Amino acid sequence: MKLLTGNDLKSGAVTWWDGVQWSLHVEEAIDVGDHADSILARESATRRVNAAYAIEASKDEKGVRPAHIKERIRALGPTVRPDLTLKPADPEAGQWVI
Amino acid sequence: MYKYDTYDQAMVDARVEEFRDQVRRRIDGHLSEDQFKPLRLMNGLYLQLHAYMLRVAVPYGTLSGAQMHALGDIADKYDRGYGHFTTRQNIQYNWIKLDEAPNILADLAKVEMHAIQTSGNCIRNTSSDQYAGAAADEVTDPRPYAELIRQWSTFHPEFCYLPRKFKIAVIASETDRAAMRLHDIGVQIVRGEGGELGAAFYVGGGMGRTPMIGPLIKAFVPLDQFITYAEACLRVYNRHGRRDNKYKARIKILVHELGKEEYTRQVEAEFAHLLSQNIEPPTAELERIKAQFADPAFETGLSEELDRSDPDFALWVDNNCVTHKASGYIAVTISLKPIGGIPGDASADQMRLMAALAAQYSFDELRVTHAQNIVLAHVRKDQLYALWQALDEAGLGTANLDLVGDIIACPGLDYCSLANARSIPVAQKIGQRLAAKEQQIGELKLKISGCINACGHHHAGHIGILGVDRKGTENYQLLLGGCEGADTSLGQITGPGFDEDGIVDAVEKATEVYLSTREGNERFLDTYRRIGMAPFKEALYG
Repeated sequence: MKLLTGNDLKSGAVTWWDGVQWSLHVEEAIDVGDHADSILARESATRRVNAAYAIEASKDEKGVRPAHIKERIRALGPTVRPDLTLKPADPEAGQWVI
Repeated sequence: MYKYDTYDQAMVDARVEEFRDQVRRRIDGHLSEDQFKPLRLMNGLYLQLHAYMLRVAVPYGTLSGAQMHALGDIADKYDRGYGHFTTRQNIQYNWIKLDEAPNILADLAKVEMHAIQTSGNCIRNTSSDQYAGAAADEVTDPRPYAELIRQWSTFHPEFCYLPRKFKIAVIASETDRAAMRLHDIGVQIVRGEGGELGAAFYVGGGMGRTPMIGPLIKAFVPLDQFITYAEACLRVYNRHGRRDNKYKARIKILVHELGKEEYTRQVEAEFAHLLSQNIEPPTAELERIKAQFADPAFETGLSEELDRSDPDFALWVDNNCVTHKASGYIAVTISLKPIGGIPGDASADQMRLMAALAAQYSFDELRVTHAQNIVLAHVRKDQLYALWQALDEAGLGTANLDLVGDIIACPGLDYCSLANARSIPVAQKIGQRLAAKEQQIGELKLKISGCINACGHHHAGHIGILGVDRKGTENYQLLLGGCEGADTSLGQITGPGFDEDGIVDAVEKATEVYLSTREGNERFLDTYRRIGMAPFKEALYG
């Protein structure tokens, strides 16, 4: 599957296209199929997202998983500071990242 | 230390307001990202993996207590309570919001700091010896010359769009503590045959994907021609540097391809021309700068004795303190490398504490080292124990300077958008694995980069580690025999790479080879140079 990701223009936070808006949570990302370019063109014009691009990912019963380690680290946060990730209270949250 | 005059302050204040307007125009859509990106980079603002990152310049690594305190406050107010000290003596904040960046720059300007030219193809922050002004072996304090370079290079209209970024280091000792020969220009202030001071120029060093040790191109430039010669070096580079290929655009490639002799010939021709143009700053300006780096008021008649009855304190003194030029004083390195910690990170509270301790114990001055530690350069020996107690209580008393736990590591794939592999977890695991043996091992400089750009200086590590991406998986190459300093050498790759746990095992095996073969007081590097790569390869790959 193909996901769209970028960074929020103002905060810089990593965001994922969920079909309607840009979500902080990769679990909410949708497969954009062949529509990546048109969505990117439209969304870049709205200035809600910065430097967006398409990536490869997979989806199973555990959730959406970006194919490349860099995108998996982006999806959660730095592996060395679990307290600064999106799920600081969940010690299991980062197990799929590496 | 240097204090801004009205010109410095006006320039920095104006830049803050200019950037505030640029940010406003980006947010309201008048600037596209393509238009805005070079503007934000000129102000040190990157977009990294998780957020914007702001790199703040610490000129030649020197900070006042008020400046360090402000850096701590910024970490709390605008970031997530910490900052990362870098291998170029700067500090980076990892969680910056675009619309708050101008306010950060305004806060920095209030304490005479900025982020100008911490990115882009321009002359970056000049680095220097962390013991400048304190070192017993220096011929003079190198920082006035670094400050002169800062003033010359800031907003230099000819050098804002160089073929590639440009880094300069200035030292004034035979012992090179700034990796001077691994810079685009390395300057060593030296004494001439008549005792007068001059500058030796090494040009074309660097790390990255093509590491090179800068050759000496001029052994002695009179200091009243210092900037003119630097300008000539830059002009030849700006004229002929490879703008067609960013991987061949650094000056080291130009010097290598032209050859040292031809590059030098062109520099000398340009130098002769520039001498006729009288571009050297007035001597009075250098004297004004030098006056601001005068020695602090060292007390005399102080005791040289230290009470070493506390063994933990004694260990810290032996590891982290070095001889000072003034009797009764000592230079202290505060390690930002606790066992299992993140190299170079300091919390806001730690920054403010270090600022307060600098005010109390070290003439209100601190230094950031290229090894990602902090130095209090002028501490009275009779106050050293009290200082250590305060540091130790705050987790800043680790006794590991230049030991295997004192690892240089770039932010790596945990933060950096250029990285291919994580650096920090590898550093943490090695530090934990070898903590019990680090005193036995002795001096061993271990440096880790998460990509070929070599921000972690892996080429110059006695043991170097380079993280690479092997089909989407982190892989780590091991290098041995690198060194910065007067005997600069580049590390050699041992062979096939290792996974994350494998590289930790490999480093431990390399230290075991060393411990089993060292003679006398040999350091790891000395043993490697004596026995060569073969015994290490045998242990690693059998």
